[in-house]
Amino acid sequence: MSHNAFITEVEIDGETGPLDGKTVAVKDNISTEGVRTTCGSAMLEEYVPPYDATVVEQLKRAGATIPGKTNMDEFGMGTTTETSAFGPTENPAAPGHVPGGSSGGSAAAVASGAADLALGTDTGGSVRCPAAFCGVVGIKPTYGLVSRYGLIAYANSLEQVGPLAPTVEEAAQLLEVIAGPDERDGTTHDVRDHGTDYEYAAAADGDVDGLEIGVPTELLEGAEETVVEQFWEAIEELEGQGASYHEVSLPSLEHAVEAYYVIAMSEASSNLARFDGVRYGNSGGYDGNWNETFAKAREEGFGEEVKRRILLGTYALSAGYHDKYYKKAQDARAWVQQDFDEALDDADVLASPTMPVTPFELGESLSDPLKMYLADANTTPVNLANLPAISVPVGDDNGLPVGLQLVGPAFGEKEIIRAGSALA
Amino acid sequence: MSDSVVGPDEVDHIADLARVELDDDERALFAEQFGEILSYFETLDEVPETEREPELTNVMRPDNRRESLDRDDALKNAEETEDGQFKGPRVS
Repeated sequence: MSHNAFITEVEIDGETGPLDGKTVAVKDNISTEGVRTTCGSAMLEEYVPPYDATVVEQLKRAGATIPGKTNMDEFGMGTTTETSAFGPTENPAAPGHVPGGSSGGSAAAVASGAADLALGTDTGGSVRCPAAFCGVVGIKPTYGLVSRYGLIAYANSLEQVGPLAPTVEEAAQLLEVIAGPDERDGTTHDVRDHGTDYEYAAAADGDVDGLEIGVPTELLEGAEETVVEQFWEAIEELEGQGASYHEVSLPSLEHAVEAYYVIAMSEASSNLARFDGVRYGNSGGYDGNWNETFAKAREEGFGEEVKRRILLGTYALSAGYHDKYYKKAQDARAWVQQDFDEALDDADVLASPTMPVTPFELGESLSDPLKMYLADANTTPVNLANLPAISVPVGDDNGLPVGLQLVGPAFGEKEIIRAGSALA
Repeated sequence: MSDSVVGPDEVDHIADLARVELDDDERALFAEQFGEILSYFETLDEVPETEREPELTNVMRPDNRRESLDRDDALKNAEETEDGQFKGPRVS
């Protein structure tokens, strides 16, 4: 069964290196030279990048084979992979259900065995959500750990490329390959300037003896009962291996989802302005008034969710509303960052369910955008705070996978990898 | 719950600013949904003003000539080109 995990199946061979013999599927918003890169959009159905993203160069150099470009919510805008112009992906771990999103094709490729590993991108949970829904491991790195050069932007200040894999150790191994500074992305850092190193796979030693876990109560409040049960069982398992936990309140988290969506939509409205059909993408072949011509090309090329977000972002940035929405969202972002910093003074990692819900049935949630946005309650705060987080599978509810999220301090990938490896 | 602050006319105005044409169904749907979504965003009013530490710094490099994308490659995805340049829609 293909599960429609791939938009384009190809074989891009690498050189030789630590990923020899491994296949790594790549999300279709990451540029691959000579292989079309669609972002799951009709707008870019025939777009063929003339260069590789830095992470793709790194994969090739490490010896990986890329078996294809994976399906995704259009431009990363969704939590189910159902907004793709190339049709939905089915969850291999839970037939009839969505794989999560937006990197649903990447998670499904790993869960079905169609690829050994995969790259996704995470703007508000887009690696961690599909990892949780498909029962695999996903890491959202600290902002600035991995180069975004060649990633087609949705919301630059929030997004990172991250690995998906069957186990924490394999995800860590892939993270080692893609982490590091890049002169073509001015927001990247060298972690050695932050008192650590890139030995992520070695950190997957499962040693949680003495680990202190903080549990933000706000991230349990909205979660389904069965998800909360699975969460506490996982915490007990970590306790049994020598970890301890305490509950902590982060009041700013109550406002994280709305702050995230205002910021992400605002950035999207600006980023997606480039798609006018002149240099690349669907032009529709119209002539006449330029603005009207572009508006028609964009009407044809973009799907409903993308239009919704571009419009809401345009509204939030427009004269008279900027202070009310965008400026307040930036205040909330700073508040979330402060709350996380304080909570991580008293804990090595923070734990929560990755998703407050189990996977939706295919088609169940498309009609209610606000309901969909609220499902991102536990993942979006981490992007606002620029922190690293991992989702590890911890069980299932009648066959529907449940994931545990562990959040660490900035450039503390080794902390969350070590803790996560005690479970998967 | 929708105290629709955004009517079809306002949706049209935003769509115009965003250079996205909408059909009648989309206009009606968005007018219905935006009120609910925006009133949810308005809970940001409760957020206290918070001091922000700038995390980003400018990264500079010397302004030296270096290799860039080949012109033919850069034009490869354009629907229309002329004399090695992108060609926009004809203005009537």
